[in-house]
Amino acid sequence: MKDLIKRLTEAFGPSGSEGPVREVITKEVEPYVDEIRVDALGNLICLKKGSGGGKKVILDAHMDEIGVIVTHIDEKGFLRFASVGGVYPVVTLGQRVYFENGTFGVIGSEKLDDIKDLKLDKLFIDIGAANREEASQKVKVGDMGAFFQPAVDLGNRVVAKAMDDRIGCVVVIEALKRLKQTQHDIYAVFATQEEVGLRGARVAAYGIEPDVGIAFDVTSTGDTPKARTMDVSLGKGAAIKVKDSSLVCHPGLRDYLVKLAEAKGIPYQMEVLEWGGTDSGAIQLTRAGVPAAVISIPSRYIHSPSEMVDIGDVEACVKLCVAACESPLDF
Amino acid sequence: MDLKEFLTKASLAHGVSGFEFMDVASLVRDAMDGLVDEVKVDLLGNVVGVKYGEGAQPRPKIMLAGHMDEIGLIITKIEEGGFLRFAPVGGVDQRVLPAHEVIVYGRRPLTGVIGVKPPHLTSPEEAKKAYKMEDLFIDVGLPEEEVRELVRVGDVATFKRQVSELMGDRFSGKALDDRAGVAVILVCLEELRKYKVDADVYAVATSQEEIGCRGAVVSTYGIEPDIGIAIDVCHGETPGVPEWRTSSVGKGPALAQGGNIHPKVFAALEKAAKEIGIKAQKEIAPAATGTDAWVMQISRAGVATGLISIPLRYMHTSVETLAISDVEDAGRLLARFIASVDAGFVKELKSWI
Amino acid sequence: MDLKTLTSLSGVSGNEYEARSAIIKQLESMGISYECDVMGNVIAKKGDRGPKVLLDAHMDEVGLMITHVEKNGFLRFAPVGGIDPRVLVSKRVLVGKEKIPGVIGAKAIHLQERDERTQVIPIDRLFIDIGAESGEQAQGKVKAGDYVVFDTEYQELSPGIIKAKALDDRVGCALLFEVLKQDWKEIQLYAVFAVQEEVGLRGARVAAFAVEPDMGIALEGTVCADIPGTDKEFQATRLGKGVALSIMDRGSIPDRKMLNQLVKLAEDEGIPYQFREATSGGNDAGAIQQTKAGCPVASVSVPCRYIHTPCSLMSTSDFEAARKLLIKFLESVEGGFRP
Repeated sequence: MKDLIKRLTEAFGPSGSEGPVREVITKEVEPYVDEIRVDALGNLICLKKGSGGGKKVILDAHMDEIGVIVTHIDEKGFLRFASVGGVYPVVTLGQRVYFENGTFGVIGSEKLDDIKDLKLDKLFIDIGAANREEASQKVKVGDMGAFFQPAVDLGNRVVAKAMDDRIGCVVVIEALKRLKQTQHDIYAVFATQEEVGLRGARVAAYGIEPDVGIAFDVTSTGDTPKARTMDVSLGKGAAIKVKDSSLVCHPGLRDYLVKLAEAKGIPYQMEVLEWGGTDSGAIQLTRAGVPAAVISIPSRYIHSPSEMVDIGDVEACVKLCVAACESPLDF
Repeated sequence: MDLKEFLTKASLAHGVSGFEFMDVASLVRDAMDGLVDEVKVDLLGNVVGVKYGEGAQPRPKIMLAGHMDEIGLIITKIEEGGFLRFAPVGGVDQRVLPAHEVIVYGRRPLTGVIGVKPPHLTSPEEAKKAYKMEDLFIDVGLPEEEVRELVRVGDVATFKRQVSELMGDRFSGKALDDRAGVAVILVCLEELRKYKVDADVYAVATSQEEIGCRGAVVSTYGIEPDIGIAIDVCHGETPGVPEWRTSSVGKGPALAQGGNIHPKVFAALEKAAKEIGIKAQKEIAPAATGTDAWVMQISRAGVATGLISIPLRYMHTSVETLAISDVEDAGRLLARFIASVDAGFVKELKSWI
Repeated sequence: MDLKTLTSLSGVSGNEYEARSAIIKQLESMGISYECDVMGNVIAKKGDRGPKVLLDAHMDEVGLMITHVEKNGFLRFAPVGGIDPRVLVSKRVLVGKEKIPGVIGAKAIHLQERDERTQVIPIDRLFIDIGAESGEQAQGKVKAGDYVVFDTEYQELSPGIIKAKALDDRVGCALLFEVLKQDWKEIQLYAVFAVQEEVGLRGARVAAFAVEPDMGIALEGTVCADIPGTDKEFQATRLGKGVALSIMDRGSIPDRKMLNQLVKLAEDEGIPYQFREATSGGNDAGAIQQTKAGCPVASVSVPCRYIHTPCSLMSTSDFEAARKLLIKFLESVEGGFRP
């Protein structure tokens, strides 16, 4: 699984430019599903057919990551950029970015009198070009870049860029591999454009018209020095979400997952996330409404190029996912 | 139905956004029984009462939306000593929280107090600043072990507040935003017995309005109405607020006007008020109304919407204050409007010349 | 329909009557079939086989709404859509259906305290003067809830440079009419004149739901800040440098295939184009993209300086470039291009 984490997190895929990561995932899931299609917004939708009599279940993980988009190339070949999704200027300074065609760049800053003045429009990308002509051969306005950071194995924990939400993709893929038999039609949705407004999941869910939706995404923790108050910790198991700013999870489904975790001895913790939302918020509001829940992977340093997760937590999420798919889901 | 009795029960019931099923939904369901032909609860917890009309098929479909959820608190962490940290659900004004009594809905309801530092230990500088929500906590007065047994992260809490009958027909309590709207719908359903009605009426007590009108999004999609009327509250006159930004409590319901409202629905509501001799006020809504009407309008290929508001003071506190006569009048006005809707009216809604 | 006529029509979001009536009349005179929906969108259609292509331009404009008539006859107002309060003082407006002339006044400079001059006057302290001597006299002419439009004369400042109000987005409406002049055989063209874009992309959302398009393009008058004090990298677009193509904004990321096709056609045909070098703002494409199970979108815009103020500027050469590119694009769809 660590190998899969490495391959997925190192794949390229800022919101709207998910092509490369979609390819990696497609190859990975092909042997384990019955149908694969890509919809108008680039969502990768994989169906594993059930034995019958079950429900239509969406397992959602978004494959896009935060990144940058080139807005201007100046005469000297420097690139100005805007954020794709929630990028913090402080975290960006000094980082390396890369583009889909393999071009690399580093992020530099204008002279600042006060670090508080650090905003994205003070920053630029230097791809080593001598002038606009040279730069334009490698990159054009509108191209997207991703942060460059190799994944690192810390033992029980792994740190990488784009853990949000490739780790969710890993959980869903791993569950598809382990899932032997289910009565439900399982739609694994590897969604696009979550970081810019849950856009992929919204249209995917409309098209699928599911009976149940479960999203797998990262959540924050409160276990680092002087962190914001939150009851979720790394290493204490799968986080079963109660609420975030995008949804209140369906109470019946949520409690069903809690009971399932208890029955199977899967470590879990309850989660209330005060800032942030996830694809289930969009899935829940599909058509006349869909019971939706979220199984979160606790993660530190979200939206930085070094997001950390605990392998035990990931394992717990996979187990809970498999257990949910094998259960009757009769909440 | 005794209106004051319903408002009292509704105010005391709990139903934080997303958790309406725990209490208030069943109260509303029971209240609708007998007034409609069938009652359903949808996947997001909206309570939908259907009263079929007598017109020829296809009958006009009118959806009424009053939200039954209320703002509240959600437990985010159990601290050492059994103190409970919390976050808001909906727009909670942190300044009303200190020293407020609350009820935490754990395994059993627990009364708690939002604790504060005594003035003796507070520096003058500290005392100048409002408390931040993240610094506040709930004290349920139980040992930590017992708290951990009874309370779980994700449990919700509401203000603890009895209703007050003030002078005249002024009535005060928590969650009248928007249980008053639900009451209007009930008055309307009763009143409809007096009329011959063409349209099918979908009376919806919506969920999750305070966190983004989410109940109305899905219930409107499911019902697919021709006309949608939201019944919510607007600000009553308040000292320190310019008179033109508020409506008067006790001077009749307010009818909203603006891009969120179909002009022909507005005109028909105004006409209905005149016909039964109710003085309606006007609420000016330049853009977003922040009510269920805002999302109903853009459901599917569009819904003709209207908005009736009950003037209410001190919104989002536990002492929201309104006049019962406004609720009564709004219900009667709504019934009159519904009775006036026929297939011709619905057809005209797409004509803009 | 020309830009002079289009920009002179009033149509504040939620009150698009005048603009809509004129658009409908024009469609009827062109013999084009159309429908109105309950929100007041006008959906015109040409062609009856092939993929459904939705072209959207919004007919609404930013403006004001009267909130209160004061006892002394002055009118208080609120903005409809995004307006910077700093541009309002000392402007002429037209109030209500009867288009009562009014002015937005302010305390004379002589009467101001020194530090008042550096402060922004918030919108709720501004007022409109229609010359009424009392509230009663004013009430006879206007009432709370009336809409207010800017009173700006259409003018050609120099050959090819136009000054007008509401270029955002009557310029898009003008483009729609240009496209509707042509006969389309292998596409089903849905031209949506949308309402309520400025208050949240509301009209386009429901129109797209009804149409269920295979692809959509928003036609816009978009931001342009090629002005003194704005560095090149933050100008977004430049007047006279061609049709502007969006790379991403707050509402949508364009479909890559559609964007590439637009770029390719512009280059092949020698049509001047530029990228909209900013990601702020949003337009109807955001709503169209989220329709049902999803719809590929792009945005094609004409740069307009000073949008969301009483007077904006645009270049007719950019309009011409947008027109050409749009027609080339539609022809390529007829020829088999698919997102």
